[in-house]
Amino acid sequence: MHRIGVFVCHCGSNIAATVDVERVSNALAHEPGVVHSVNYQYMCSENGQQLIKNAIKEHNLSGIVVCSCSPRMHEATFRKTAEAAGLNPYMVEIANIREQCSWIHKDVEEATEKAIVLARTAVAKLTLNKPLVAGETGVTKRALVIGGGIAGIQAALDIADAGYEVDIVEKNPTIGGRMAQLDKTFPTLDCSACILTPKMVDCAQHEKINIYSYSEVDKVKGFVGNFKVTIKKKARYVDETKCTGCGVCMTNCPSKKGLNSFNMDLNTRPAIYIPFAQAIPNVAVIDPEQCIKLKSGKCGLCSMKCGANAIDYKQQDSFVEREYGAIVVATGFKPISLENFNEYGYADNKDVITSLELERLMNAAGPSKGTLVRPSDGEHPHVITFIQCVGSRDVSGCGKPYCSKICCMYTAKHAMLIREKYPDTQVNVFYIDVRTPGKNYDEFYRRAVEQYGVNYIKGMVGKVYNENGKLMVQGSNLIDNEQVTIASDLVVLATAIEPDPSVKDLATKLTISIDTNNFLTEAHAKLKPVECATAGVYLAGVCQGPKDIPETVAQASAAASKVIGLLAKDKLKGNPCVAHANEMTCTGCSQCAEVCPYGAITYENKEFRIGGGKTEKRRVASVNPAVCQGCGACTVTCPSGAMDLHGFSSAQILKEVEAICKR
Amino acid sequence: MQGLEKLMLEKANALLQSGEVDRVIGWKKGESYYDVSPATFTKDNLEGFVYNCFCGANLSKYLVAESKKEGKMLVFLKPCDTYSFNQLLSEHRIEKEKFYVVGVGCNGHLDMNKVYAQGVEGILSMSEDENNLIVETVYGQKIVEKESALLIKCLTCKSKEFAVADETLVVGEMKPANPNRFEEVEKLESMTEAERYAFWKEQLSKCIRCNACRNACPACTCINCVFDNNASGISAKANADEFEEKLFHIIRAYHVAGRCTDCGECSRVCPQNIPLHLINRKVIKDINENYGDYQAGAEVNARNPLVNYTKADVEAKEVVEGGNK
Repeated sequence: MHRIGVFVCHCGSNIAATVDVERVSNALAHEPGVVHSVNYQYMCSENGQQLIKNAIKEHNLSGIVVCSCSPRMHEATFRKTAEAAGLNPYMVEIANIREQCSWIHKDVEEATEKAIVLARTAVAKLTLNKPLVAGETGVTKRALVIGGGIAGIQAALDIADAGYEVDIVEKNPTIGGRMAQLDKTFPTLDCSACILTPKMVDCAQHEKINIYSYSEVDKVKGFVGNFKVTIKKKARYVDETKCTGCGVCMTNCPSKKGLNSFNMDLNTRPAIYIPFAQAIPNVAVIDPEQCIKLKSGKCGLCSMKCGANAIDYKQQDSFVEREYGAIVVATGFKPISLENFNEYGYADNKDVITSLELERLMNAAGPSKGTLVRPSDGEHPHVITFIQCVGSRDVSGCGKPYCSKICCMYTAKHAMLIREKYPDTQVNVFYIDVRTPGKNYDEFYRRAVEQYGVNYIKGMVGKVYNENGKLMVQGSNLIDNEQVTIASDLVVLATAIEPDPSVKDLATKLTISIDTNNFLTEAHAKLKPVECATAGVYLAGVCQGPKDIPETVAQASAAASKVIGLLAKDKLKGNPCVAHANEMTCTGCSQCAEVCPYGAITYENKEFRIGGGKTEKRRVASVNPAVCQGCGACTVTCPSGAMDLHGFSSAQILKEVEAICKR
Repeated sequence: MQGLEKLMLEKANALLQSGEVDRVIGWKKGESYYDVSPATFTKDNLEGFVYNCFCGANLSKYLVAESKKEGKMLVFLKPCDTYSFNQLLSEHRIEKEKFYVVGVGCNGHLDMNKVYAQGVEGILSMSEDENNLIVETVYGQKIVEKESALLIKCLTCKSKEFAVADETLVVGEMKPANPNRFEEVEKLESMTEAERYAFWKEQLSKCIRCNACRNACPACTCINCVFDNNASGISAKANADEFEEKLFHIIRAYHVAGRCTDCGECSRVCPQNIPLHLINRKVIKDINENYGDYQAGAEVNARNPLVNYTKADVEAKEVVEGGNK
């Protein structure tokens, strides 16, 4: 006999303002099986929970329905409440009358009616609930960090310092990421490399950190605490264990015309190269598209000159399979392509550059050794015009609708550095708004305007064109309400940033979600900003949303602390809502195993009695409850209906449908 | 066909004598030429073994039970039957080691109703040659062109390839398969939603729920069919409207989706002549269009696109919108 208790929450006015909670609790009191039905202001509060506990004991309840917010918010809370009162935690059902009812309806009548139906549905399901007990699984005490930029480096260092092994997988030949390309960093103007490279070295030297550079994640299997990841180590044609990074190969390579992507293609590099002086690992890599030996079989100069005998033209991509307890995704960003922004003349004029290109032009290790010159003629530019929000805050569909967040600050930085180093230069900045919240950020921007005399013009640029060797920047000045045309020597575009394109593929492999702008989605926008909806996967850096270096580092450390918290556990409580096969009806057709994303289903030949004292051997499915994540793909695939899910059985779902359809 | 029958009988005898197989599944003569029934034969008893233009049934499904028995069985499979055989292998419903598969050539089998429809009455005896069925009747001899009385499933023959066979027996030349087997589906697709609903409502309202389609279907091999499962909670349920019962066919089509080899048995056995194969063929056509051409049973252990996720798969949205065309 069911003895169900119904608890309707007001959630302050969140629910009660739109749903007549009194009517809901009264209506539910008459449902078959319900012996107790009340409403209360905040069910999740200490008092609310006590009210539930008391009712469970007083009315000897067999199960409870809490009509409140989404189960994602408080299901765990109320399960604990029930458990504390001696009830099995899986005898709790949540009717979501907030997100799925009060928040989306305006009409009280309508919303109340719907709330009653939702509550009734939960009661109907509960009548078929069975007490469940969660199993336990072990935790592999090693973390994987995908991406070796500042986010990945920071996360790896923090996890490793806590005593856990960390592997970093970086798709480029070196770790360092975008930060390694930057010249100075705001708001303190310290040199980017000077603060980054010690961390890179720490990574390389840390006994707990293992770097897979020039590698990619190939396959991901498993689940929280027990991921199995196949890492593809791309052939670099250089034996990592032998190369000393001396650079003799680079000077001898006759194929020197490859574009230097580290310098944003502003100069060239040899076919065998080390991306930059402080690269970690300091090991050369051969570009197979450019290498004469690999393309035609002739040459081999680098191999002849290499004192360490490290060159291996026959090297192939190789694969390693490693186990991890947790994964941090830190895949970073790239500037967007400017193909939709012909008005700025980027493709036609060498002297229209992006901000990241300017970083390389101003960097002492860059193509011009830190002297700011025009890419077209190597001359010193006297008038430099910056254009902000190129592709950011763009609702026309050409660019991105979001604010890239870092551009206002780095443009102020660029303007200031130029005025400092070349006081004879006039610097103009076209902006829509200047957004500089953050510690010492607005002061920084004001310094650019007030102290360094940077000419900020509020308005957008319509066109950049070349006239007699000058770049004419035509825009509007909204403050003076006039059209202006500024003859410039160099135009710098504060290009919007977007997640690295590799993230889409990776999201599929990790079964984590991405938003419409390809940023990875956190589990909760406010309360779980570094977690993913997929347990055991954490986010750090721009892959989750635009952010600057201090924010990225903070998020990386936050992700690391979550990973440490996970790896510190010896056992993880599993989810008892897993699939199970009815051996009496299973035909062993294998379709469930084919759709199972976790490899949780195997088959065995079992002997069954078939009457008349006879037995027969049949192939039947068997689910490993530790591996099953309860996604339910097998249950809908099984043609015999032999697969079912604990806690979400087909019968329970049909019962819910029935309750909804009942009039 | 007589030539083929002779070869088959010789083959059966030889394999039984040598001990290569213990049993043979084939057809047994009935009272008349067209009255043939699937039957098993052993070494000492090949009496009544027959193979003629009325042996159109797909014997694959019998093999699920036969596979559980001791010993090896000789099975004669037409090209279309071999796909069902492979599909059953893929689903682990039969074991290949239990069967010696002889592929037999085929130019289509006949539907006796179509013979009657040509005014054939008072039948005394029948014989056949390559192209004709020769019927001796009380009114004299009647010649029925085989082409004019083919089973529906033979009119839209999908393949003349043997997807699996230890050896083949082919007499004469096999005519090519019909490359336009989706034509009828296209006709249905070109109807408006209302027309299509009216069409199916009319067709399916003829259904008497005899379950013949399910019982003949080589993809319907569940130990306990959901429709017979008392525990499902639907067995004693009253219908909400008269069409609800007919959803049986839609549910069945979903259960065999991606596994149906388009063998056509469902329509062949339907006593009400409902073109059930068109439901399954529509699903096959959709699978082909959305996920690339796929023929269930063409290969053993090939993964059916519906249970095989690839990154190239179309988005669910496109499938839904495609269906609304």
